[in-house]
Amino acid sequence: MTGFLKRYGSWIVMAAAFVIAPAMFTSGFATTIMSQMAVLIIFALAYNMLLGQGGMLSFGHAIYFGLAGYFSVHYLNLIGEGALFYFPVGLMPLFGGLVGLLFGTLIGYVSTRRAGTTFAMISLGFGEMITAMTLIWVAFFNGEEGIQTDRMIGPEPFGVSFGPDIEVYYLIAAWSFLCIVAMYALTRTPFGRMSNAVRDNPERAEFIGYNTQRVRWQAFALSSFFAGVAGSLHALNYEHVGVETVSIAQSGTVLFMAYIGGVGSFIGPILGAILITFLNSVLSGVTEAWYLYLGLLFVSIVMFAPFGLAGIVMMHEPIWKTAPGLLSRLLRPYAIAIGSLLVLLLGVVGLIEMFYFLSTSIFEGSVVKIYWMAVDTATIMPWIIYAMVAVVGFLACRRNFPMVKAEWGEVITEARARLVQ
Amino acid sequence: MSATIELVGVHKNFGGTEVIRGVDLAVMEGQRHAVIGPNGAGKSTLYNLITGRHEITSGDILLRGNSLIGKTPFEVYRAGLARSFQITNIFQRMTVFENIRCGTLWSLGYGYKFWRLVDRERDLTQRTEEVLEKIGLAGKRQVPAGLLSYADQRALELGITIAGGADVIVLDEPTSGMSLGEIQRAVNLIREVSEGKTLMIVEHDMGVVFDIADTISVLVYGQVIASGSPTDIRGDEVVREAYLGTEH
Repeated sequence: MTGFLKRYGSWIVMAAAFVIAPAMFTSGFATTIMSQMAVLIIFALAYNMLLGQGGMLSFGHAIYFGLAGYFSVHYLNLIGEGALFYFPVGLMPLFGGLVGLLFGTLIGYVSTRRAGTTFAMISLGFGEMITAMTLIWVAFFNGEEGIQTDRMIGPEPFGVSFGPDIEVYYLIAAWSFLCIVAMYALTRTPFGRMSNAVRDNPERAEFIGYNTQRVRWQAFALSSFFAGVAGSLHALNYEHVGVETVSIAQSGTVLFMAYIGGVGSFIGPILGAILITFLNSVLSGVTEAWYLYLGLLFVSIVMFAPFGLAGIVMMHEPIWKTAPGLLSRLLRPYAIAIGSLLVLLLGVVGLIEMFYFLSTSIFEGSVVKIYWMAVDTATIMPWIIYAMVAVVGFLACRRNFPMVKAEWGEVITEARARLVQ
Repeated sequence: MSATIELVGVHKNFGGTEVIRGVDLAVMEGQRHAVIGPNGAGKSTLYNLITGRHEITSGDILLRGNSLIGKTPFEVYRAGLARSFQITNIFQRMTVFENIRCGTLWSLGYGYKFWRLVDRERDLTQRTEEVLEKIGLAGKRQVPAGLLSYADQRALELGITIAGGADVIVLDEPTSGMSLGEIQRAVNLIREVSEGKTLMIVEHDMGVVFDIADTISVLVYGQVIASGSPTDIRGDEVVREAYLGTEH
C-alpha cells in the first residue's frame, strides 16, 4: 500500500486537484481561467519536450497549437452544416493532435536537421510564415476576425452537451491529466532518455548508435501532437479561434511559461503555465504595466535562476537527500534575501506605476492608486519616497546577497561531498 | 587470420598538407594494438579517420572486411566499433546509472521506441548494473555525472563505450590528464573491459602502452615505420632513432 502511494501518490493528488478545483473557485470567470490553465499546461509541457528535454529552442511552436485550433473549428462547423460525418466533440482534441502531428512531422523534418541557432532561426521563419498566411489566406483563417464555432452539436450522451463552461472544464481537465501522464511517461522511454542524451551531448549520442537528427525529429513531431491537442481544446474552450493562437506572441508566451516555471524539471512548465495564466488574468486587471513586469520576471529568471522556479526548489535536492538538517542554516539568509528583494521591488514598482500612469493617462488628473494608496504624481514627494525605498532595497541586496551566496555555497558543497562519497 | 580493423593505403590531406601519408595497418581479432608516435605524427588524425569524424582523402578503412568509408558515426557504431574520447565525453546532467543505461539502449534493441518504459525493462537494468560493477562505479550510480571526479568520469566514459557490448574498441589517449595513481587504475580497467575483445589504443604514454598492448605500431610523420611486439619495438633501431631516442 505504501509502495502504491509512493508510486502513484503525486498523480492521485493531481487528479484530485483537477476534480476539486471548480468546487473551490466557483465563479464563471474562475472556471474559464482554470480551463485556460489546463490547456496551457499541456502546451507548455509539449513545448518543454523540445526546450527542456531535447535542447531545442523554438520561436514558432504556436503553429501547431493554432493550426490544430483552426482545423478543429472548421471540422466542428462542417459537422454543424452537415457537410462532414459526425465526430464526438469530446474526442476533437485527438483530431487536433493529429493535425499537430502532421504539420510537426513535415516542418520538423526540415527544421530539426540542425540543432542550436539554426534550429531556432528556422522555427522563427516558419512562425513568421504562418502568421503572414493568416492574413493572406482569408478563406481558411478569416483574417484578424478569426472563426466562431459552436461546440454544442450532435448527440448529448449522459446529458453532457458541452454547453456549460463547467462541462468544458472537465473535458479539458481530463485531457490535460491524460496528456500530463503521457508526456511524463514519454520521458521514461528509450526515446525520452535519448532525447536528453542528445541535448547533453549529441556527439556522444551518435557514438552509442543514435542518429541525433532522427531523435530530434521524433521529439519535434510528438511535441507538435500535444501542442495540437492543446490548440484544439483552446478552440473548444472559447468557441473561437483567432490569429493570435498561431502568432509569434503565442510562441513567446509558451516559451515564457516553460522557462519561468523551469525547463530542467518535468513539473516546471506546469507551474509556469498556472502562474503566468493566473498573473495574466489577475494582474492585467490591476496594472496596465503587466507586460513590463512579465518581461522583468523573465529577464531575472534568465539571469539569476536559469532553471526557473522549479529549478530553485530542485537545486536543494542534494541537501534534503543527504542532510535535511542543513536546510535550517539557510532559513535566516533566505529571509534576509527575500526581505531585501521585497524592499527593492516595493520602490521599483511604485516608480514604474507612477511613470506608467503619467505616460498613459495625462488627461485624467494626477492621482493614481498604488498599493491601495492614493498617490499624487504631480507632487515630488512620492517620487522621492519610492526612489529612496528602491535605493535602500538595492543597497540591502548588494550588501546581503554575498553573505547569502557564501552560506549557500558552504551548505551545497557539504551536501555534494556527502553525495559523491 | 583476417584483420578486424584494416587500413589500406590511407591518405589524409588538410588543405594541401599531407598529414597521413599512406598508412597500412592491420589490427587482428583479439589483439591489443597500440599506435604510438611523437607529437604531430598524426595519431589523433588517424583515430578520427577510423571513427568517422574526418573523411579520408584516399585509401580504405575496413571493419571485418566491410568498408567504413562514408559511414556516419552512428553507422560505424552499429557496425560494431565503439570508441572513447580524449576529452571526457559523457552526459553531464544525467546520473551515472542513466549514462550507462543510455549506452545499452541501442544494442539491446530499444531504438527510438516511445512505448516502452526503461525502468521496467529488466535486461536494461541488468546490463547497466554489470557495467557499473565492472567499472567500479556501482556505489555512485545516483550521482549526477558532472559531479564525479576526473578519474571517475573517465571510468564512466569507458563504461559508456563498452555498455553496448561492442567487441571492437578504439580508445584515444585514455589516460591523458591523469595522475600516476589514476593511470594505474585506468590501465587495470582497460585491461579488464577489453578482455576477449579487439582493442586499438592511440596513446603517447609509453608506460601505459607497454603495459597494455601486445602489438605496437609506430607512426612517424604520417607513416607506420614499424609494427610488432613490444620487445621487437623496443629493440628496433629505426624506432629508437625516430621516436624513443628523442624522449629517453
